[in-house]
Amino acid sequence: MSTCMEVNNLTKSFHGRTVVNGLSFRVEAGEVFGLLGHNGAGKSTTIDLILGLKKPDRGNASIFGMDARTNRKAVFERVGVQLQSSNYQNNIRVDELFRQMTALYQEPEDYHKLLKFFSLEKLEKVQVNKLSGGEKQRLSVALALINKPEIVFLDELTTGLDTAARREVWNHLKELKNKGTTIFLTTHYMEEAQSLCDRIFLIRDGKKVTCGTVEEVIANSPCENLEDAYLWYMGEEAVK
Amino acid sequence: MKRFFRLYQIEQKLALRSGDMLLFGVAMPVGIMILITMIAGSRMAGDGYTYLESSFASLIAVGICASAFMGIPLTIAEYRDKKILKHFFTTPCSPMWILGSDVLCGAGTALLSALSVTLVSVIFLGYRMRGNWGMFLAAWFLTLISMFSIGLLMASLCRTIKSVNMVTTFVYFPMLFLSGATIPYELFPSGLRKVADVLPLTQGIKLMKAVSLGMEMEAVWKIAALLVGITLLCSVISVRTFRWE
Repeated sequence: MSTCMEVNNLTKSFHGRTVVNGLSFRVEAGEVFGLLGHNGAGKSTTIDLILGLKKPDRGNASIFGMDARTNRKAVFERVGVQLQSSNYQNNIRVDELFRQMTALYQEPEDYHKLLKFFSLEKLEKVQVNKLSGGEKQRLSVALALINKPEIVFLDELTTGLDTAARREVWNHLKELKNKGTTIFLTTHYMEEAQSLCDRIFLIRDGKKVTCGTVEEVIANSPCENLEDAYLWYMGEEAVK
Repeated sequence: MKRFFRLYQIEQKLALRSGDMLLFGVAMPVGIMILITMIAGSRMAGDGYTYLESSFASLIAVGICASAFMGIPLTIAEYRDKKILKHFFTTPCSPMWILGSDVLCGAGTALLSALSVTLVSVIFLGYRMRGNWGMFLAAWFLTLISMFSIGLLMASLCRTIKSVNMVTTFVYFPMLFLSGATIPYELFPSGLRKVADVLPLTQGIKLMKAVSLGMEMEAVWKIAALLVGITLLCSVISVRTFRWE
C-alpha cells in the first residue's frame, strides 16, 4: 500500500487554547480512516489544517506528498471534500449545483452517473433546500466526488440523520470503498466507525488517545465493544 | 474563461430567480420614471432642463444602487456565512471566481435596469439625450465601479449576516431617497441638498446628469476624479480587510 496522506506533529492554538496538539498519522491508499472524538475535540480543525484552510502553528500535513496550502490547484484536482454542515445557495437546484461544481475541475465525472450511484436521479430538477436530511447528505458526498478524487474527506457526514438515512449513506460509502477510493472521515458515532473504518484514531482535546483497527482498539481496553472502549479511553485520560 | 462563464451563468440565473433584484433594481426605477413623467415630465426642473431629463440620469442609478448596496454585499455575506466561500478553497479554483461572478451578476442587473429605463424613456416617454451617449456610458460605468467598490467594502467590514443586513439598510435607503436617485434632487431644500451632496451616489448621479445634458466639462472631470478616488480607496481597503470566513 502507498501512503496517501501524512500528518506530522500537527499543532494549532486559538486564543491560547490548543485545539490540535501534536497529531501525527498516516493514511494509506484505499483505506477508510476514521478520526473519532467528542464534539469540540478538534476533528474539524484537523481537517482544516490538512486541507490548508488554516495554517498550523507547528507541524505539517501532506496529501500525495504535497502541501495543500502551497499546491492548491494540483491537490484539489485529486481530493474531494465534504465540509461539516454543507450549505448551498438559495433556490439552487440539484442539477445546477452539479453543473457549477463540474465547471471547477479539469476532468470532472459525468454528474448523472453520480446521481444514479447515490439514488438521486429523480431529484435532478428539485431545489436543494427542499431535499430531506438524508438526501442532502448523499448529495454532499456526491458533490465531493465530482472530480473523481483519489481521497475524499467527509466531516461529520451523518450527524443529524435518522438511523435509516444513516445506514443508507453508509451503504453508499461502502460501495465507494470497494471501488478503491480512500476515505478520511470524522465522526462521533461508534457504530459508524465500526461499520466503515479500517483504522480509527481517537482524539481528545486535540491530543492522540489511541490508534489502530477497531479490533485492536477494543482489545487494548478492558471492554467488549467499541462504544464502551471509546468511553473507557476518554475517561482514562480524564483520570490522569 | 469558459468555465468561469458557466459558473457566472448559474449565479445570474439564481439572482434572477430570487426576484428581489428585478423588483428593486428594474421594476421600481421604470415605475418611478413613468410616474414622474406623468406628473411633471415637461416641467422645468432646473436651469433649462425638464424633470424627464433630470430623472432619466438619476433613475439609471437605481439599478447600480440596488446591486452595490444590497445585492452584492448581501450575497457575499450569505456565502461566507454558509461556508460556500470556504468550500471554494477546497477546489482547484480560486474563490475569486465566485466573488467575481457575483460582482458580474450585480453589473448584469444594473445593466438590465439601465437598459429598461432607457428603452421606456426613449420609446414611450420621448426622451432624447442632449449629451453624447458614449460619454454617458463611460459616466455610468464609473458610477457603477465606484459604488460597487463601496458595496465590497461593506461586505469586507461586516463580519456577520446581521451586521451586513443592518448596514445595507442604513446605506441603501438613504442612498436611494436622498441622493436624488428616486426623488428629484431639484425638489430638495438647500439644507437637504447639503446632506445629499455627501452621499457618493449623489456625485455619480450629478456626473451622469451633467454628461447627459451636455454640460461643461470642467465640473464633470472634478466629479469623475472624486469617483475614481473613491474606487481606489474602497477597493484597497476591502481587499486588505476581506475575510473568507
